[in-house]
Amino acid sequence: MKLIVAIVRPDKVNEVLEALYRVKVRGLSLSRVQGHGGELERVETYRGTTVKVELNEKVRFEIGVSDHFVQPTVRAIMSAARTGEVGDGKIFVLPVEKVYRIRTGEEDTAAVTPVGVE
Amino acid sequence: MPPAGQLNGADLGWMLTATALVLLMTPALGFFYGGLVGTKNVLNTILMSFATLGYSLVAWALVGYSLAFSPGGPLAGDLRWALLRGVDLTPSQPLGPTIPHAVYMAFQATFAIITTALVSGGIVGRTRVKPYLAFITLWIVVIYGPIAHWVWGGGWLGRLGALDFAGGTVVHVNAGMAALAAALVLGNRTNYGRQAFLPGNVPYALLGAALLWFGWFGFNAGSAVAANQYAALAFINTFLAPGACMLVWSLLDLLRTGKVTAVGVATAIVVGLVVITPASGFVPPLWGLVMGGIGAIPSYYVMLWRAQTRVDESLDVFAAHGVGGATGAILTGVFAVKAWNGVQDGLIAGNPHQVVVQILAVAGVAAYSFAGTFVLLKLIGALAVPRASAQEEALGMDATQHGEEAYTSGEGAILVLPELEGSPGALEARA
Repeated sequence: MKLIVAIVRPDKVNEVLEALYRVKVRGLSLSRVQGHGGELERVETYRGTTVKVELNEKVRFEIGVSDHFVQPTVRAIMSAARTGEVGDGKIFVLPVEKVYRIRTGEEDTAAVTPVGVE
Repeated sequence: MPPAGQLNGADLGWMLTATALVLLMTPALGFFYGGLVGTKNVLNTILMSFATLGYSLVAWALVGYSLAFSPGGPLAGDLRWALLRGVDLTPSQPLGPTIPHAVYMAFQATFAIITTALVSGGIVGRTRVKPYLAFITLWIVVIYGPIAHWVWGGGWLGRLGALDFAGGTVVHVNAGMAALAAALVLGNRTNYGRQAFLPGNVPYALLGAALLWFGWFGFNAGSAVAANQYAALAFINTFLAPGACMLVWSLLDLLRTGKVTAVGVATAIVVGLVVITPASGFVPPLWGLVMGGIGAIPSYYVMLWRAQTRVDESLDVFAAHGVGGATGAILTGVFAVKAWNGVQDGLIAGNPHQVVVQILAVAGVAAYSFAGTFVLLKLIGALAVPRASAQEEALGMDATQHGEEAYTSGEGAILVLPELEGSPGALEARA
């Protein structure tokens, strides 16, 4: 099993979700994060206060998958989230020691396989 | 009644109040629209309304007012009152026979300004600021000015006998068609039809609708240009119609989805106000109530239908104001009663001809507004691209157009010190 962590642009979230749905990835979590990936800073001005905004809104996906799902998932995210500009984000694939499904107590591959899919 | 041409204190007191009330409607509209867009575009959307209080206001005072209300010909006024020459403290007949000419100019300015602001609802979330500012400065002069002249300034529709107490055609049909034309020129938001664009702050939309209703008493009852019985009639109808419209609208919501919605209630208040606007000083109160109720139906269904089309007229200015204004204008020809308004009867009082005149007024205003706005935006577009890029849209209009955000966290914001600011390369030096 692997844990796939992907950081993408907020405006690409819908496209990523669509792409994941098409490759039958069902279980995922996402959260709003602030990050900086080398894109240009924005300058904002409020009366006499000028600031450089270095952190940008990003969305972080966390997806636990069994091994043969890793490549389809990565490809789906990569193609859906890409604009070609700096700031498109990253995908990390992490090894996972153990997975439990809380509802049933199932472990590992069984725990990351959605209900009804074998 | 005081003799014409002589100032009347009651009239002046009411018209000063009414002018302030109508002025409030433009920021109120900003909040109504601002609540209906996402949080990355809320400042831009509110500013699209606020900006008319600067750019359109000045253009109106310098040129627009004269073009709209000076005698001139059937199509437009002349420039005799340009730069406010002759707009003084004496009454101006026949426009405002008992109030200073300057007050009449200011009262009419508030109408022209909010009409311009209404157009912005069609093009939120994708319009660059500089071309937009040029648009609102010119639109109030070349589109609103002539149309106001046609109906209220002694132009051809007024001479034909078209009834428009407070702007069903001049304000609402005009704004609705202009918003549609503008949306077609600008094109759809990048993800329109693929992604849902949900309201970012529904309480703002409700607050905006409430303030619009309050200001609208000045809009309709002020259109009597006197503190008289016609102002009272318009006031009562402005009180009744939105209530009836809200009732019918929420029942339609209830039948369709099983729920009464907050956005629906806010929208219904505005639509009810739009529908009663042309009729407010012409129809008896019971018919005002009926008009508010009937008026909900066309706008409700056009709004549902519009969302299924490929036209991203984003905040449904066409459905609410274009369709609502046309419904109100035509129903004015049905429900007007001379015993109440002292001017003209409509269909139910035995004058079916009035309905034909009303339809003609709607068609004339709609055609000029749509075509004129389309051409104006194309001309502006030849000088500066009004459409934001896909990247600007993705980041949001607030950050890209204004360098501000509505809800800042301060995280990752590095203070640029004043002594570095302005010197060449200051920002790079600190990076």
